[in-house]
Amino acid sequence: MKGLKLYAILYLIFLYAPIFLLPLFAFNSSTIIAFPLQSFTTQWFSALADIPEMHKAVLNSLRIAATSAVLATSFGIFAAMASTRYRFPAQKGLMGFIMLPLVLPEIIVAVSLLVVIVNAGFSTGAWSVIAGHTLICTPFAIAILQSAFASLDPALEEAAFDLGETPASTFRLVTLPLVMPGIISALLISFTISMDEFIIAFFLTGADPTLPVYLFSMLRFPKLLPAVMALGTLLVLASVVLLTIAEYFRRRGIKRAGAKDTGGFL
Amino acid sequence: MTQISTANRVKPTKPLIEMRDISKHYGDYHALCGITLDIHEGEFFSLLGPSGCGKTTLLRVIAGFEGIDSGAVLISHQDMARVPANKRPTNMVFQSYAIFPHLSVAQNVGFGLRKSTMSKAQKEAAVAEALEMVGLKGYGARAAHALSGGQRQRVALARALILKPKVLLLDEPLSALDRKMREQMQVELIRLQRQVGITFILVTHDQEEALVMSDRIAVMFEGEIAQCDDPEILYRRPKSKRVADFIGVMNFLPATLHSHAGTIIADVAGLGEAEIAADQCPAGIPEGDALVGFRPETLTLLYDGQTATQREAAGVISEVVYYGDMTYYDVTLVGVSKPVRISMRNVFGRDVLAVGDATRVSWSAGALVVFP
Repeated sequence: MKGLKLYAILYLIFLYAPIFLLPLFAFNSSTIIAFPLQSFTTQWFSALADIPEMHKAVLNSLRIAATSAVLATSFGIFAAMASTRYRFPAQKGLMGFIMLPLVLPEIIVAVSLLVVIVNAGFSTGAWSVIAGHTLICTPFAIAILQSAFASLDPALEEAAFDLGETPASTFRLVTLPLVMPGIISALLISFTISMDEFIIAFFLTGADPTLPVYLFSMLRFPKLLPAVMALGTLLVLASVVLLTIAEYFRRRGIKRAGAKDTGGFL
Repeated sequence: MTQISTANRVKPTKPLIEMRDISKHYGDYHALCGITLDIHEGEFFSLLGPSGCGKTTLLRVIAGFEGIDSGAVLISHQDMARVPANKRPTNMVFQSYAIFPHLSVAQNVGFGLRKSTMSKAQKEAAVAEALEMVGLKGYGARAAHALSGGQRQRVALARALILKPKVLLLDEPLSALDRKMREQMQVELIRLQRQVGITFILVTHDQEEALVMSDRIAVMFEGEIAQCDDPEILYRRPKSKRVADFIGVMNFLPATLHSHAGTIIADVAGLGEAEIAADQCPAGIPEGDALVGFRPETLTLLYDGQTATQREAAGVISEVVYYGDMTYYDVTLVGVSKPVRISMRNVFGRDVLAVGDATRVSWSAGALVVFP
């Protein structure tokens, strides 16, 4: 038992030490990222306000992540419905094919997309990053939504249809509210993946870098590193807030549906 | 001679649902094979059969959830081929009840009224009325997921009845309930059907449930209707050995039949000779070797000093199963190796017999059914 406890503690340190180092250095007055720590400062946070390129990159990333998340989730809804509600020839094979980007190396996806776009005579930009991110986010959205649709009793949809609703209004009144927790999860996961993604963005971003690409380019300027730490701290904070919100909605959804709560993040 | 009375049942005559030679395949699997059936207005009709016999498929065909390969379904003389489920005058109570978990009880019950032209107050009154009808008065504000199994079933009933359909379809509605609750709901469903006067079509695999509730029952095996009759005829004059076996307990004894001066005489192993009427051969009158069936309660064990009012046979008790109100005896008749089952009501002051006791059995020819 003692060994297991030690293992668990080491495990947690390994997971979270890098994240705890972020705020530590973000509030440290030295420009050099090293121990021992010097005095406490918030200057790096105020310095963030004076880097317009960074603001642009954050906004760019937010826009791309939001668009990719909405697109991937929409495609995911269609695919998940097709796989759980209908039977058609070659269904299994087709679904497997759609899920393939999940295991495809991103560098391959990025390079091939770049080749296609350049050969087709288009220029890269935010739209091509959105296309790439939608491609890699869709399988995640499908995986989440498939389980949401699969756990929905088909008799519920039949009951609404039987009571005079059209297929469209059945979807709106019954299906959509009941798979909403799945849709929100799919949106959040897709958003997070897109926000975080570097390789595809690096190849396809064109003139306006996304935040990860911008951060990577900043590593060449040691002077700016503490500001990066400050930005990282803010991002971790934002993630925790986002996750809490997602969990709140998930629990509320489960409570409303009267199901037993299993799983979840927090 | 026993004549079967059906006078106590109202016999509606107008066919509300007409099914004409309906067939349906799932790939190679023949789910429905040429079903022809009329269901009358105001009737409590049951589709009874083992799982996989096509009874649920037939119900879903009537509801409009399943298409058919050939044949026709008519409701009120109107062909339903191009009428989808949401436009049919039928409503369904699903096996899982399919209560919308994100809505309140009142929202569930009033779901079908969304597109109606009623005012809000009228809708609320209709919901309240429907809830009262199923015994859930004042439950409207509750969350649907907080209800018990029996309550969910009532909500499903109220929701399906609020549109005043011509036909209410019930897909194994009582199978998820415990025995006590099920018996209570059977009585309530009969009461409800009489109250609203709507045609009920019930799908069930429980023969007892079908006998208790129905005006008529169609017994289905492998996508075909084996017999469609009222419960009493179905129980007392089953058309085949398989129907006889599926509904209740039936004893079978080998017999030889011969005609003598216009009357049919059956020589039944272990029992003796009996005169058979034509209506005791629902599957036609066989010649020579046949099988004779009879229900356990049609035979009576004779105690010392009792004399048979009918005919008499001798045997030995080989098994006793005590049920409190009833005792089942397995009796080996003289000359027959397989014992027959006889049920006796336990009368106060009369001893339950023991295994190995020699006994005499009273039986009557009218209770026999002959199968080819």
